[in-house]
Amino acid sequence: MIFVRMFLQTVVLALGQIWANKARAMLTSLGIIIGVGSVTAVIAGLTGLKDYVLTEFETFGAKTMFIDGTVPESMRNRINWRQVQLTIPEIQAIAEHSPAVARITPRYYNSYTIRNGELAKEGVLVTGIWPDWHEIQDRRVILGREFNRIDEEEMRYVCIVNDEAIAELNLDRDPVGDHILIGDLRFLIVGVVETKQLSPMFGGGDVRSEIFTPLSTSMKIDSGLHIRDAFAQMSDPKLADEAQAQIRFVLRQMRGLEPGEEDTFIIFATQQAIDQFNGIAAGMTAVAGGIVSISLLVGGIGIMNIMLVSVSERTREIGLRKAVGARPAIILMQFLVEAVTLCTIGGLIGLVIGQSLTLLLQNMPDTPLEHASIPPWAIGLAFAFSASVGVIFGMFPAIKAARLDPIEALRHE
Amino acid sequence: MIVKREHSTDMSAAIDIRGLRKVYRMGVERVHALRGVDLTINRNEFVAIMGPSGSGKSTLMNVLGCLDRPTAGTYRLNGKPVQKMGASELAGVRNIEIGFVFQTFELLPRADALRNVMLPLLYSKHGWFGARRSAKRALERVGLADRMNHKPNQLSGGQRQRVAVARALVTNPSILLADEPTGNLDSTTSEEIIALFHNLHSEGQTIVVVTHEEDIAGHAERIVRLHDGRVKSDLPTVRDPIHRAWIERTAEKMQDLSEVVTRKPEGVTP
Repeated sequence: MIFVRMFLQTVVLALGQIWANKARAMLTSLGIIIGVGSVTAVIAGLTGLKDYVLTEFETFGAKTMFIDGTVPESMRNRINWRQVQLTIPEIQAIAEHSPAVARITPRYYNSYTIRNGELAKEGVLVTGIWPDWHEIQDRRVILGREFNRIDEEEMRYVCIVNDEAIAELNLDRDPVGDHILIGDLRFLIVGVVETKQLSPMFGGGDVRSEIFTPLSTSMKIDSGLHIRDAFAQMSDPKLADEAQAQIRFVLRQMRGLEPGEEDTFIIFATQQAIDQFNGIAAGMTAVAGGIVSISLLVGGIGIMNIMLVSVSERTREIGLRKAVGARPAIILMQFLVEAVTLCTIGGLIGLVIGQSLTLLLQNMPDTPLEHASIPPWAIGLAFAFSASVGVIFGMFPAIKAARLDPIEALRHE
Repeated sequence: MIVKREHSTDMSAAIDIRGLRKVYRMGVERVHALRGVDLTINRNEFVAIMGPSGSGKSTLMNVLGCLDRPTAGTYRLNGKPVQKMGASELAGVRNIEIGFVFQTFELLPRADALRNVMLPLLYSKHGWFGARRSAKRALERVGLADRMNHKPNQLSGGQRQRVAVARALVTNPSILLADEPTGNLDSTTSEEIIALFHNLHSEGQTIVVVTHEEDIAGHAERIVRLHDGRVKSDLPTVRDPIHRAWIERTAEKMQDLSEVVTRKPEGVTP
């Protein structure tokens, strides 16, 4: 009880002391202010960037994996890219033997001239897909129907278009049931999907016309032997590593790769990319933390300096307080509380500055930082750091004050 | 009415000192500030401690005020042995038992009279409750009821010293210790402070004053003279030979002075 009272008393005393030396207190805590302000702004920026990137990943699908053939560096002169392209049996084997993979669709694409009556559009991308594509890419039809197994097995001449294609080809607003010419073959439009804009990070560019056909149909009309790439979806984002290992095992088996030989394919899992990005973000946060600890160290030395000045300025006062019955522990607490209060006020001002910088970041044009914000843990950390700087650097002057001999102190000029 | 003090260990005495020694180490040299002091001060006494500089009166004052610990000997304050206490315990004793009045007042410049007087209560376990009321009462006792919200720089020297006395009294200490309380004051204000001490003494306050001025010491009941770290004499004021000599000298001087004053109109002095 007495301790709590003494503590509150010293806090009031410390605030009075700081108020009496406003300008000095302000300059002293400048190190802390700048440190806390800059680091919270950096963390806010990182948080905004992370938010942006993760939203992008989410759009791509956190459970989605991308598989493609590739020629490793060491095999450049032995094989060409055609030999490493994925094949239908490989995709089927993955679907059958990888329990962590819930769905898979190969993709086959080529560009054609599309005609709708008199209107012809050259170089439109036509993608062959399996019915599971809708689920994997999260692109449900908004009109008509999705592809089904019968379309695939019977290689039907059916297609699905996106709303951009409707506009470009001047199709009916509800084109389901209409026909278009792909190359010189007549296709029935069975559905419409929304355009999904991917960021440049995932190869998405300008919004373009898209036409989808069953995979078997598109391979038939092009008589191609190889599919281009494949999308798989795992049953749970946590299974990313398992799914990748299983796909890798199946493909290596199918391709007869010897141990020691490099993979002739790549598997990209969103979750792994997220983890990697999180790792990078954590690294950047750590670097920012390192910078701030330097500025806090400098700030702390400033605090120690001013506290030492304060102790020697107030030597007589300390002597008097001791003479009228202040115990050494109380004097210690008084100066420690003053240092901590000084630092905490500095931290508070720093946070205000950090928040202003964050608002600036949010409104900066052409940057993906609209969601920049200081996370609560950073606020807590900023205060904890400033307070501990106060304790660490206030300790020496406070001990000095507490140890003063009252007789000597009262004689001090 | 003469009390033999040398060998009585009176438990009811406010201050009881036996064989007190204090040795300072100045580099390799040892300075014997006190060389075995015996002193008993009873409750309600008004004692003056006198002596030339270097006689050890400041050291004795610091020990009496529990600001310093003796090298040897015992010091019982209201029956409690304080010579072995640590810094923290001594602070508690200073807070409760002792009221200090310093030559240079030692008021906090930014605090008003009331806050200055409240200071010791901030460090007291129980006095804090009603500190404001106690501080007002103490200021009333020293006649500064109308100056409570004045800062030290708005007060005269005598008023400042009275604030300091109020601060010393606010915890109801058993001993009021004053170190040259009039050293920084002019004669009129000195009289004011001495009158105040007289009042307090008549109300039952134990007072110990360290001074080198015979006229101040004249107001005490008893004069303890120190010399070279030892008690040279310890007598009631009226029987103290040095003091009596001083009174006679002063009386003669006053007479001479009055003669000079009466002869002045004739213009004898060149």
